[in-house]
Amino acid sequence: MSNVVRHVLSNGLVVLLKPVRTAPIISWWVLYRIGSRNEPTGITGASHWVEHMLFKGTDQFPAGYLDKAIDRVGGSWNAQTFFDYTAYYETLPAAEIDLALRLEADRMINARFDVEEVESERTVIISERQGAENSPMFWLGEEVQASVFRVHGYHHEIIGDMTDLRTMTRDDLYGHYRRHYMPNNAIAVAVGDFDPDEMLERIRTIYEPIPAGTAPMLFVRPEPAQQGERRVAVERHGTTSFIQLAYRVPAATDPDWFKLELLNSVLAGTDGFGGGGIDNRTTRLYKALVETALAIDVDGGMTPTIDPFMYTITVVLRDGVEHQTVQNALDEAINRVIAEGVTERELERAKKQARALFAYGTERVTMQAFWLAFAENFNSYSWFEDYVQSLESVTLDDVKEVAARYLRTQNRTVGWFVPMTDAAQDDAEQDEEDVE
Amino acid sequence: MSAPIDSFPNSRNIVREVLPNGLVVLVYENFTAQSVVLTGSLTVGSSLESAVQSGLAAMTADALTRGSASYDFAAISEALESVGADLDVNGSTFTSSFSGKALGEDLPLLLDILGDVLRHPTFPENEVERLRGETLTGLNYRQQDTRYRAARAFYETLYPEGHPYHLSARGTLETVARLSVDDLRAFHRRCYGPREMILVITGAVKADEAIQAVRQRFDDWFNPDQPPRVRPQNPAPAQATRRVQVAIPGKTQSDIMLGAVGPSRLDADYHAAQLANSILGQFGMMGRIGGKVREELGLAYYAYSQIEGGVTALPWNVSAGVDPENVDLAIEKITDEIRRITRELVSDDELADNKSFFIGRLPLQLEANEGIASMIRNIETFDLGLDYLLGYRDIVGVLTREDLLKAAQHYLNPESLVVAVAGPPDA
Repeated sequence: MSNVVRHVLSNGLVVLLKPVRTAPIISWWVLYRIGSRNEPTGITGASHWVEHMLFKGTDQFPAGYLDKAIDRVGGSWNAQTFFDYTAYYETLPAAEIDLALRLEADRMINARFDVEEVESERTVIISERQGAENSPMFWLGEEVQASVFRVHGYHHEIIGDMTDLRTMTRDDLYGHYRRHYMPNNAIAVAVGDFDPDEMLERIRTIYEPIPAGTAPMLFVRPEPAQQGERRVAVERHGTTSFIQLAYRVPAATDPDWFKLELLNSVLAGTDGFGGGGIDNRTTRLYKALVETALAIDVDGGMTPTIDPFMYTITVVLRDGVEHQTVQNALDEAINRVIAEGVTERELERAKKQARALFAYGTERVTMQAFWLAFAENFNSYSWFEDYVQSLESVTLDDVKEVAARYLRTQNRTVGWFVPMTDAAQDDAEQDEEDVE
Repeated sequence: MSAPIDSFPNSRNIVREVLPNGLVVLVYENFTAQSVVLTGSLTVGSSLESAVQSGLAAMTADALTRGSASYDFAAISEALESVGADLDVNGSTFTSSFSGKALGEDLPLLLDILGDVLRHPTFPENEVERLRGETLTGLNYRQQDTRYRAARAFYETLYPEGHPYHLSARGTLETVARLSVDDLRAFHRRCYGPREMILVITGAVKADEAIQAVRQRFDDWFNPDQPPRVRPQNPAPAQATRRVQVAIPGKTQSDIMLGAVGPSRLDADYHAAQLANSILGQFGMMGRIGGKVREELGLAYYAYSQIEGGVTALPWNVSAGVDPENVDLAIEKITDEIRRITRELVSDDELADNKSFFIGRLPLQLEANEGIASMIRNIETFDLGLDYLLGYRDIVGVLTREDLLKAAQHYLNPESLVVAVAGPPDA
């Protein structure tokens, strides 16, 4: 069924090729197996900052050249830093794809990291974090995540802690780049309108001359078992209250992951694969919280990750409703799914939704290439290709069993965002200044 | 392997039909994907409501999917979500638009529900009350959103009271609290109708079957009371720059929106202005503004300009998020770039690059059903002609540096901008 072909070049670069002839375009991704999970204290946010620096030019493609070169041919390009990886892509008219192949090969080893550029980008990244801090949910999410992971590198936000963003040096960043950017630590994916033999030949020509590097030592600290429910509160200026629950769940390669995914579809609703979603107004938590006028929105989701991560449920409370009232309703719905499981009808609906959303998510070559690279990073591209089949095999008993195992209160962190009046918050800020 | 331009949607592969009641249906077959996308609009918006009922059109649109003659709220949700389909209706200033997506085989279901909610909504009391609570919480939350508040302050200053763009189509905490079910019913009865309605279907469906399915659900819909479109005058240009400041405690970043009234989509110099805008704040990572404010000075994570277009002239504006300490410097540098684009001809290279960008990006924009449907809807909304894309290269190709300068001068005056800033107090 799948027409993905996997190659490993002599320098260790993994290459996945999937011809798709629906439009005259090609998406080219290069993903490095380095993300925020591997950042020790002091250089949190380094992976994301390095990503920014790779847009600052090489000797061959100086800063600003590529932005214009990509736009000139009507392409798109961008990058993303995640807990487990840093990835770069270009989606271009098929005839122009050579530019993407050459530029990614070049910046795999030749990014300049000029000191002035590092300093200029420091304030841009601080501004990016400040923009995120304007959202109450950023503060709550950061606090919950830090509570769930006391030891593991998933502890900190991908963008990094402000204190590290202020103090990290050019050498910290360049060292991070040199340790992790090499062909034997990367996955390259092409999806689109090409002949696979010709494409492979071109990739070999451009990438095989890049020598393999010394496999990097990864900073990984396993998270110890949780010893009971954790609770955090964030109190800041605002008008709206939020609750976030975070349950510790296994890595994406664990068979339980797919069972939990279907459980989430029934409980809070699925997000889809980037090709459009649904309103999730038939879920149990929508009925328990939104239809009862306790909340205006509820959202749940898991992220496929290398190491065990979180299943989060986030609720936006309706004005005037107390946190504890919503918490009680949430707990009642969760306890019910633990005790009773889900129904046949709910499970079948979740599977049909997954089939439709999967189809939507594969309509663009950019998204297809992303998912193949993403899955190959933590397991194999077949994790994505077989996604629907993996869900199909989940049974009612499976869902009930994972609900009981993972949705225990002892396995969760409860976060409340409590909006403060201006006067109360001003007092709190004054106290903070006094301490300093 | 470059895109043959005649593979784009055009008069030979778009099926267009006008029903006797004025509804225009356009269908584009695309069997490379399993999905079908529908999108469209009706000429119903906040421009038809009074200021004391601000938010009425948007709340009416939101309430349509809360219950209709053949489907109550739960039945709509169940029918759509059991097949992984989605359907939304949203009200804005001059139109209410709808969009939906399903697997190709489920198009009849999508049209069933669309037809029923547009024509026979029931506005159940309990659902409208719940919707009101959700809307009020959302509006209250937005009072804390620096980007939203900067944009609101910008629009309220740029467009005078009484102009449809002065108020948010979402209404205010005061007006939404007062809207009644009877208000929603009366508004729907008076304003919703098929005249000038547009319905675009793209995807894994045969055109004749899709048009037949639309006919079955909309052919007998008439509303003799449907009001004509509102066509407001553009506000008079300001004589000097006006700056407004919104203080929101607890924020760490300030958002800026500045600009002026731009071209409508129907203005003759629209394309020239778009090209000038691209050079100013889009091309190559946010154009000249991005180059100066983000790349050179490191003042902002984002700083870009845009022309919003529309049947009625929307703004030509610049948005940026900056450290509160750098607000004045960022405004100064952005204004310098506006001054430059209105005083100097762009270079030959800039013009050539941006023409190439505009023409070259079409294959990516038209890769999937959503992009195709959106493009066809624009073609119909602005009466561009079904072969618009075939002639697009020429439309852009003939523009000169002088055309761009003239368009920039026509709309932008660096000495009389509206500048809105939302951020922490004392920034």
